[in-house]
Amino acid sequence: MNTSDSEEEFYNERTALVSSESPTMATYTQDSQLPGPADTETKEGASSRLARGTAEREPAVESEDEELTLKYGAKHVIMLFVPVTLCMVVVVATIKSVSFYTEKNGQQLIYTPFTEDTPSVGQRLLNSVLNTIIMISVIVVMTIFLVVLYKYRCYKFIHGWLILSSLMLLFWFSFMYLGEVFKTYNVAMDYPTLVMIIWNFGAVGMICIHWKGPLQLQQAYLIVISALMALVFIKYLPEWSAWVILGAISVYDLIAVLSPKGPLRMLVETAQERNEPIFPALIYSCKRTIEYSLPVSEGTVSLPFSDEETPQSNGEGLERSQEEPENQAFMGRNRTYSAEEEEERGVKLGLGDFIFYSVLVGKAAATGGDWNTTLACFVAILIGLCLTLLLLAIFKKALPALPISITFGLVFYFSTDNLVRPFMDSLAAHQFYI
Amino acid sequence: MPVAVFFGCAFIAFGPALALFVFTIAREPLRVIILIAGAFFWLLSLLLSSLVWFIAVKASNPENVSLQKGLLIFGAVFSVVLQEVFRFAYYRLLRKANEGLAAISEENLSPISVQQMAYVAGLGFGIMSGAFSMINILSDSLGPGTVGIYGDSQYYFITSAFMTMAMTLLHTFWGVVFFDGCEKRRWWVIAAVAALHLLVSGLSFLNPSYEGSLPPAYVIMVLMAAWAFFSSGGSLQTLTQVWMCESPFLSILLYSGTTPILHKCQGVAILWN
Repeated sequence: MNTSDSEEEFYNERTALVSSESPTMATYTQDSQLPGPADTETKEGASSRLARGTAEREPAVESEDEELTLKYGAKHVIMLFVPVTLCMVVVVATIKSVSFYTEKNGQQLIYTPFTEDTPSVGQRLLNSVLNTIIMISVIVVMTIFLVVLYKYRCYKFIHGWLILSSLMLLFWFSFMYLGEVFKTYNVAMDYPTLVMIIWNFGAVGMICIHWKGPLQLQQAYLIVISALMALVFIKYLPEWSAWVILGAISVYDLIAVLSPKGPLRMLVETAQERNEPIFPALIYSCKRTIEYSLPVSEGTVSLPFSDEETPQSNGEGLERSQEEPENQAFMGRNRTYSAEEEEERGVKLGLGDFIFYSVLVGKAAATGGDWNTTLACFVAILIGLCLTLLLLAIFKKALPALPISITFGLVFYFSTDNLVRPFMDSLAAHQFYI
Repeated sequence: MPVAVFFGCAFIAFGPALALFVFTIAREPLRVIILIAGAFFWLLSLLLSSLVWFIAVKASNPENVSLQKGLLIFGAVFSVVLQEVFRFAYYRLLRKANEGLAAISEENLSPISVQQMAYVAGLGFGIMSGAFSMINILSDSLGPGTVGIYGDSQYYFITSAFMTMAMTLLHTFWGVVFFDGCEKRRWWVIAAVAALHLLVSGLSFLNPSYEGSLPPAYVIMVLMAAWAFFSSGGSLQTLTQVWMCESPFLSILLYSGTTPILHKCQGVAILWN
């Protein structure tokens, strides 16, 4: 199935941090904030949570591979740091300026029906745990549903589901967001202008994400929709439930990706068997651009530096003829790496990871006016991501990107909020420096 | 007016660090990672020291103001010591990573030298330390308020900004000197760095009489700059060559010291690009 032409999914096996041809699946996030169609968001979260690993298919090039592991590793880490940082910056900036996303007016998602407005602490804890159980069960069910659909090749259904969910995000949520920003800054706006803005934004977004578009524009749209989803979660999840859900979802991510019967692992393996990329709009891919590439037209496979490659030299070649020929050009076994050969390769990170990282940092920014906590969570998440990518380079297979980062983030949030904050406040009050 | 204070203090406090980051670190992915990991290590040290302080405070009488102040001073001193311990731990980690990087690369040469790592690690510590000291103050400076309404100093924001800048640069220089001392097994250097850190921190206990804390901190900073410069291979000769090549002084700090003296100008130019 040609799921998408907008993402050239081929990754050369040599790049340690690059996933194999089939994109990795991330865990499913629950999402759907509104009591509307439950389908929309679940996709988003679900597919994206894994950082892809490469399946080693060509042991012959292994030694060359090892040499380049770390060299490409550092670049890939930065290629992921930048979008994750941007997403977090957008979320934190919105939280700090637009008060709408921190106002709690009692409205909750249907996935978290138990209220936290209870008199006793024990009751509140119990309610948040129950909320978490419901939320995680919804996610698990949605994930399994998606895997079943994928296994039985109901691609049209999945595609339709994805399109519906990104439609909702790009039009409805961005409309709400824009409305709140205008309210905050007291900007006068008329409907025709607004309709034009939203229409253009949404239409270009749909095209970029689901079809073709410049890579950076697609990346920008993916960051924006992750930020929007994260903001919705921050608004509609009750306080304690949000933290417990963050913890539970990293555990779920770990299980779903690593255990043999995990739905995400099955999804990844099925996709790999079929040599298909995983759905667009669910994965953020940072492909590095080819340095000496010529615009390649359909049917030609020539690239200046790929003279030793033949399009079908790789046994696992892509069958899709509509795919851009650049994919085929990279399929060689005997590529030599020289300085000019900057191939397209990149790590992929699921959008659900973006969403949950931003939820964590956004909640750190929302609760209390302390910037130190936000900064500490930010650094913790980046270090967790770095460690995850290091593990990816070592193990070379799909890995969950949530557990390490979220664990570090949670530990640093609670410890900075409760321990470091009073210490730094006292030091600042006396102007002592450490 | 608050916006002016905000921007002024922000640039005073973070200007040099930002410039160092943009010109020397931002282009190299490995250096960015080392910087953020350095920030993480500083954060860990702060976490542990706040834990100790928090326990001490909870175990003591909250009404006793002088006791609380004494505990705060103890907490600050302990934090300084722990920061130096974590700097040493980070040095060990970076040495191991350096060996790994060298083993993996083609010519068995690591892509980054220990001196560069020292500089980046020091800057990481400095940026995080400065950020944690200054960011809340900066965000408060934006909002409506009156400085020193209860009789405290009027110069709170600007002195905080200057002190933060000094601390950031000091951490950078301490990183360079510390790693150099560890490399050459000169333990007195490590002790000296720790002592100087304690001294600067101790001087800040004299606040709000800023004459006692700010000028000495800047004097120490200049001395540390010279020490770091000479310990990373610079010399008066290099300095004159730098002026002749018309490159900014700052690039000397980055000089890895492994290139022969004759190529210093080229090296400086290359580094600057």
